[in-house]
Amino acid sequence: MSKKKENLLKGFYDVSPLLLPVVPFGIIFGAIGIELGFGPYITYATSIIIFSGASQIVFFQLLSNGASSIIAITSSSVVSTRHLLYGAVVAQYLSKLSLMWKIFLSYLLTDQAFAVSQEFFKKNSNDEYKHYHLLGAGLTLWIVWQLTTVIGILLGSIVPEELGLSFTIPLTFLALLINYFRKIDHLIVIFLSGLSSILFYNAPLKSYIILSCVISLFIIFLINKFQKKI
Amino acid sequence: MTIWISVVIAGIINYLTRLGSILLIKPERLSESAKKILGYVPSAVFPAIIFPAVFLNETNTIVQINDPKIIGFFVAIVIGYISKNIISTIIAGLISYWIVIFLF
Repeated sequence: MSKKKENLLKGFYDVSPLLLPVVPFGIIFGAIGIELGFGPYITYATSIIIFSGASQIVFFQLLSNGASSIIAITSSSVVSTRHLLYGAVVAQYLSKLSLMWKIFLSYLLTDQAFAVSQEFFKKNSNDEYKHYHLLGAGLTLWIVWQLTTVIGILLGSIVPEELGLSFTIPLTFLALLINYFRKIDHLIVIFLSGLSSILFYNAPLKSYIILSCVISLFIIFLINKFQKKI
Repeated sequence: MTIWISVVIAGIINYLTRLGSILLIKPERLSESAKKILGYVPSAVFPAIIFPAVFLNETNTIVQINDPKIIGFFVAIVIGYISKNIISTIIAGLISYWIVIFLF
């Protein structure tokens, strides 16, 4: 098997366990779009054009609550700002790629694809075709997100709410952090970010995610700097 | 019609947040300490998604200590710590959460 195909499939395998919350979330999103009165075309278009579950939900919820388009666009964009950090991490490994690759892979840079591919990049930084891992993980998520949005639009909320599957979203992100549980510096960042997100949850324009990132990264930067001095 | 324009604008901005750093950051210009800080990005972003989903309920107030989500969360941490396996962590958290909501 060629190295390209091998990395592509590895991306698919690595991201598969993370599909557990994506499937019900996609269906629920499709159903919510219809319930809130956005109609099948707009609802589906957001899955292609915005392609980010959290931003899509924020966008729809604000508009349906009567917020202006500007507020809805701004808030969904603020939720997306975390991608700037993801991009900064993977940029270290993708710098040699052509512009076309960068343009295409950026579209596929979701939370889950970032999580598994940055791990792969760290371990295989000398692999010439390592970007195929992100392609495999990203395409897998894209296809599943498109299909499940359509299922939700056509069939409504077929996922029983009693199962509480929305809880699988935090569980998946928690599982993605298990490699850091043994590292004290990472634990400090995790705790600081988590605490900030609760404290600033009601901050304007859904800015609590990026606020928590900036606060926790800044404090660990100070700690690292201070440690070097002693 | 305006809704279509809003969707497209939101989509373009969202895409630019993904493309921006990949296009503009030159790795050779990043200092060692900047690279070190970027290594913390997953630990800085994911908790901001995890904590509100576990510790806040629908009315944005802190949940009770015996909330099923708290129990699922801590079981997942313990199993994650021991097993170092993504699938077992998710499954353990979900099953313990289901046990609490369906059996008690």
